[in-house]
Amino acid sequence: MGFLDRFFRRETPRKSAKERLQLVLIHDRADISPGTMELIRKDLIKVISNYMVISEEGIEMDLERDGRSVALVASIPVLEVKRKRSREGDK
Amino acid sequence: METRIIVVTSGKGGVGKTTVTANLSARLAMEGFKVVAIDADIGLRNLDVVMGLENRIVFNMIDVIEGACKLPQALVRDKRVENLYLLPAAQTRTKDAVTSDQMKELCDSLRGEFDFVLVDSPAGIESGFRNAAAGADEALVVATPEVSSVRDADRIIGLLESFGKTSINLIVNRVRPEMVRSGKMLGVSDVMEILAIDLIGIVPEDDSVVVSTNKGEPLAMTNVSPASRAFEKIAGRIMGKDIPLQDIDDLEEKGFLVNFRKLFGRRGGRS
Repeated sequence: MGFLDRFFRRETPRKSAKERLQLVLIHDRADISPGTMELIRKDLIKVISNYMVISEEGIEMDLERDGRSVALVASIPVLEVKRKRSREGDK
Repeated sequence: METRIIVVTSGKGGVGKTTVTANLSARLAMEGFKVVAIDADIGLRNLDVVMGLENRIVFNMIDVIEGACKLPQALVRDKRVENLYLLPAAQTRTKDAVTSDQMKELCDSLRGEFDFVLVDSPAGIESGFRNAAAGADEALVVATPEVSSVRDADRIIGLLESFGKTSINLIVNRVRPEMVRSGKMLGVSDVMEILAIDLIGIVPEDDSVVVSTNKGEPLAMTNVSPASRAFEKIAGRIMGKDIPLQDIDDLEEKGFLVNFRKLFGRRGGRS
């Protein structure tokens, strides 16, 4: 089983245990509920939208592990930077 | 030397805290240090039977704390190994019978009297664990390569850090290299990557542990088996000896046999 799994790069119980643990521990450590994550996401969109046009569907936001600490990592696709306001300010 | 107080803990039950405490205590005493093993699992004491000292208990930790006896009266001296003592837990009381401050005071009263104080913590994250950790300078976290054990160990490490413990080392217990090799089980490298703390030793799954527990003779005292060799190495590392950790990947990829061969110089290298 081990040989074949490695040969075909199949998901072994060892690998799934590790991946499941890594995921569950991120949430254990951060102690942030999915509801709170959603609130953060909405607030981020609100704030950033003041300055940029962003793709709300393209947002990827997740907690990531860094040693024993946890980082909030967000990737937010920018469609357009709003320059109107500053130009108007120039005039 | 300055007394070192070390709590042995895990979060999850049944992963080998008591076995580790009994064997490391015995091993350190055999190395010439004066050692006391404290059973902090009040109400569910077991360190006494694992060490084979259950018939010689007169007083216990709670008697000392409540002033019913003096500390030396409660210490059970091991007749097989010089300088090894047990401070038993009370069996008919509950964990609420002691506070963190009392535990800390008790541990501090042992400073200067002993070289090593090993505190066997109860499972869980409640008062029993907090009390056991209260008086300790260092922590040994025992985990087996299973999802439940690793998850609980992570929680315990987080709590120990929040208590301000800076010296926290990991022991991975009951490792089964063949299962790791065939991709069925978490390996030591996986556990280390997940928990991200320092590793102080790897103990292989070993039937001798069951036998020694049944007899009440810690492996370290009598037997030469893979687990007793592992405990000897961990004790050495605690003492500050530079004993290289078994090459983890070799252990997992090729099993113990290869390491055994390497030991006899076929390929040279570490063991």
